[in-house]
Amino acid sequence: MNASPEASIVRVSARTGAILFVFAFVFTALMGATYYATREPIAASEEKEKLKLINEVLPPQDYDNRLLADQVEIAPAAELGVASSRVFRARKNGAPAALVVEAAAPDGYSGRIGLILAIDASGRVSGVRVTQHKETPGLGDYIDPAKDKNKASPWIRQFDGKGLAEVPAAQWKVKKDGGRFDQRAGATISARAVTRAVGRALLFVNAHRDVLFAAPQGARLDPSNSNPESKP
Amino acid sequence: MSSPHYRDVAWNGVWKQNTGLVQILGLCPILAVSTNMVNGVSLGLATVLVMALSSFAVAALRNFIPHEIRIPVFILIIAALTTMVELAMNAWLHSLHLVLGIFIPLIVTNCIVLARVEAFAAKHGPLVAAFDGAMMGIGLVGVLAILGTARELLGAGTLFGGIDLVVPGAQALQVLPADYPGFLVAILPPGAFILLGCLIAARNWIDARAAERARLTHSARRQAA
Repeated sequence: MNASPEASIVRVSARTGAILFVFAFVFTALMGATYYATREPIAASEEKEKLKLINEVLPPQDYDNRLLADQVEIAPAAELGVASSRVFRARKNGAPAALVVEAAAPDGYSGRIGLILAIDASGRVSGVRVTQHKETPGLGDYIDPAKDKNKASPWIRQFDGKGLAEVPAAQWKVKKDGGRFDQRAGATISARAVTRAVGRALLFVNAHRDVLFAAPQGARLDPSNSNPESKP
Repeated sequence: MSSPHYRDVAWNGVWKQNTGLVQILGLCPILAVSTNMVNGVSLGLATVLVMALSSFAVAALRNFIPHEIRIPVFILIIAALTTMVELAMNAWLHSLHLVLGIFIPLIVTNCIVLARVEAFAAKHGPLVAAFDGAMMGIGLVGVLAILGTARELLGAGTLFGGIDLVVPGAQALQVLPADYPGFLVAILPPGAFILLGCLIAARNWIDARAAERARLTHSARRQAA
């Protein structure tokens, strides 16, 4: 073969391109195979993780339905501080038992603090947990009970059992702001953000409780007009 | 090229060319995840796995990779293997995966992986290349373990915090008294920089002392002769 230089350039490029293509194809196929092999274990462990978190805010014996399946979505609600919140509806013997809500405090010391909280049928907080935060380690991170040095009574547990009957809406603040909840010295901002977010979420859930329980499974609710519209 | 001795490869990876202390590559994970020992060692082990696998794959395929496109092909191989390790960790070590999070995919961008593949695996057989990758990774694990232990001990007064993510039911050890107030700087990134600097200095000091001793014995032997 006595090809001209141009032809040999084309040939080398085509060959190199083809080799690159083969490598890309083979390794993408490998990744795809791994994805399929791990898809189910990943989904299962994500579900388990989620249930573990929910079990911390709501004792499993308080409900008997499949909690993760019985959910509705809430369109942006300023009260919850999240773009879209999922609400899991716990029922016992068919009767409403509690609502598990995702919420967030936008005003933590270093940004958003993600929360999950359960509110029982009597309108009291059953439990609150921080799902995500960037508060200073060793200072503001006591809002997460895993990091709280006081293991006997972690800070986040002081909301347990409190409802609007025990603590009026205006008192859902830290003591430093004239409210009813403790803060720890040196890190008020994290406590303030969480306390106010819990108060807002509690007000919201109590105001919309019946709508939230009555909506069909998987519905998307818009609290501003509180008409459940089914997902397309 | 003649195959290098396994002992030299191991010594090179763990001490002479240590990723964290000599090549100073892969600082991103070193600083970010070494806040406690379990996180550091876990990410280190994931890196060992990726390095061994990608070195093996590149060495096995090295005769099929045209020189001009070797870098894209290397990156492709490393990225694919990292993704597979990440998916596997997500499936079977889920809570650990949540903690390490973004740093597992970032193994791809850890230049030490590409550096070893380019400098070693592309020129040697698959077995010795995999061994080299693993040893380089183990050198990194060592640094992460020391750094993580020191930061956890200074910062929180505990050891093996977060071990329950790897071994369910295991408990962290409270080494210092429970009312130890903690030393915040050790947990924050500046503490990682300072401690890493101390480690590098210590390694250089040990090397300098060994060199000095070697020089002395050498001259003593020459005098005796």
